[in-house]
Amino acid sequence: MYAQMIKSEATQDDPEKLAAFQARIDAGEKIEPKDWMPEGYRKTLIRQIGQHAHSEIVGQLPEGNWITRAPTLERKAILLAKVQDEAGHGLYLYCAAETLGVSRDEITEMLLDGRMKYSSIFNYPTLNWADIGAVGWLVDGAAIMNQVPLQRTSFGPYSRAMIRICKEESFHQRQGYDAIRQMAEGTPEQKKMAQDALNRLWYPSLMMFGPSDKDSVHSAQSMAWKIKMNTNDELRQKFVDQTVPQAEYLGLTIPDPDLKWNEERGHYDYTDPDWSEFFDVIKGNGPCNVDRLAARNKAWDDGQWVRDGLLAHARKKAAGKHAAE
Amino acid sequence: MTREEAFTQFLLRMGDNTLILGHRVSEWCGHAPVLEEDIALANTALDLIGQTQMWLGLAGEVQGEGKSADDLAFLRDAWDFRNVLLCEVPNGDFGRTLMRQFLFDAWHSIQLGRLMKSSDERVAAIAEKASKEVAYHLERSADTVVGLGDGTEESRRRMQEALDYLWPYVGEMFQSDDVDAEMVKAGIAPDPASLREEYDALISRILGDATLTIPESRFAHKGGRTGAMHTEHLGHLLTQMQWLQRAYPGAKW
Repeated sequence: MYAQMIKSEATQDDPEKLAAFQARIDAGEKIEPKDWMPEGYRKTLIRQIGQHAHSEIVGQLPEGNWITRAPTLERKAILLAKVQDEAGHGLYLYCAAETLGVSRDEITEMLLDGRMKYSSIFNYPTLNWADIGAVGWLVDGAAIMNQVPLQRTSFGPYSRAMIRICKEESFHQRQGYDAIRQMAEGTPEQKKMAQDALNRLWYPSLMMFGPSDKDSVHSAQSMAWKIKMNTNDELRQKFVDQTVPQAEYLGLTIPDPDLKWNEERGHYDYTDPDWSEFFDVIKGNGPCNVDRLAARNKAWDDGQWVRDGLLAHARKKAAGKHAAE
Repeated sequence: MTREEAFTQFLLRMGDNTLILGHRVSEWCGHAPVLEEDIALANTALDLIGQTQMWLGLAGEVQGEGKSADDLAFLRDAWDFRNVLLCEVPNGDFGRTLMRQFLFDAWHSIQLGRLMKSSDERVAAIAEKASKEVAYHLERSADTVVGLGDGTEESRRRMQEALDYLWPYVGEMFQSDDVDAEMVKAGIAPDPASLREEYDALISRILGDATLTIPESRFAHKGGRTGAMHTEHLGHLLTQMQWLQRAYPGAKW
């Protein structure tokens, strides 16, 4: 899940229009950009889609950190393909946000000056090669948990973007699992890398689903609008249930001594992440927050002359064509 | 030098060019001026690494010492690399990266066009596949060079500086030696010098559209494609690229 703690906007619209809008959603209709929609729905979606898009963009950095050190040509090619897909996901999502009346430059600037967030997970470092496998296996795995139901979300452009994204994300998760499997079955040093990656990324992955339901105050309106399809705890449980047997198969130990199967519930019991750490990361105090934002700001600032140059050229060309007509 | 030795050298030259340039381009990941460029740079790097797998795979086969493409990429030292120096110079700003790409793509597209007629079917098949990708690389790098050259005053200045810096690395792509003579004799590859006329015509047209001035000097740094003398930059690149393979010998990844 790349959207965390999205605050639903209060809505002060004509009650009749609101009721008709809700009826369309309840009937499973898709809302399209030109349809009437409550201002709160529009604003909440901009924030949610924007946060998801920013996460795809910032997410290039921890993975890009290993492209130049990938251990084989094939792994390098796979990682390049994956990072390229992620930039592409960012592009679809920015386009979906644009249909709601906000330009890509506007929301990019909101990311760069800290008004908008990206997923907390990308504020953690990638320290050994197994982290690249673990990011695919755990981080993309967690993202898919949320994105699969969002294919049915009420807003048409968002739903269609999710359908495209989900196809690629399942490939990402498989390659991640394959990369970490190779290491878990490898030399003692490789196994150590795989376990180290799991130790560091397990709880941050659980945090991706957002705070516990009892502390999650924004869910009800978003769920009624079908822009949030499941609660945070439902998805987190589903993720734990799916991932534990995979870790067992790999011979890796999930860093939670209290993790055990609960026959009665039909689910694994697990330890919640340290929520104070989560809120620290959200506030900007994660291990990489400052570096990630600095990298994005530098890319944007250093690229200003390129964007200006290409725009100036496009204008000259358009003017030339105009003059020739 | 036997025919096999010359053929191996030729294949290493092709594969090392794409490997080293692909590595350089991949350094941009997440840092490009605009999202579309992040995508295009990653895509270019991906194509080049894919071509590396084919060229170095064939190099290992022809060499006959049981080496894989990965062995050749990750376990040779700098003096065994055969890429032209142009591919290993650091990225600099986005303008220099795209100018380097254009100067290489222009050569690469002409070279692959000739190699599609190679007497060796394996070479012809790789060239055929790669040429489709490289046609797109050239279209994109040429458009960007024109856009930035004929853009703002600042973008024009930066592109001219990039061209001035890179120009002395262009000539090496057209230098011929014994390896090339052997390849010409076998009908495997063209004489590099024979590509120059077509290359000059192509880049003159594009750089003219970009309102840039090609430096008059024909001076050319050399030593990359023979391995006699690389730049200081290559060693650092290899240190990073080869680290895992060197630190954990024999591990499978």
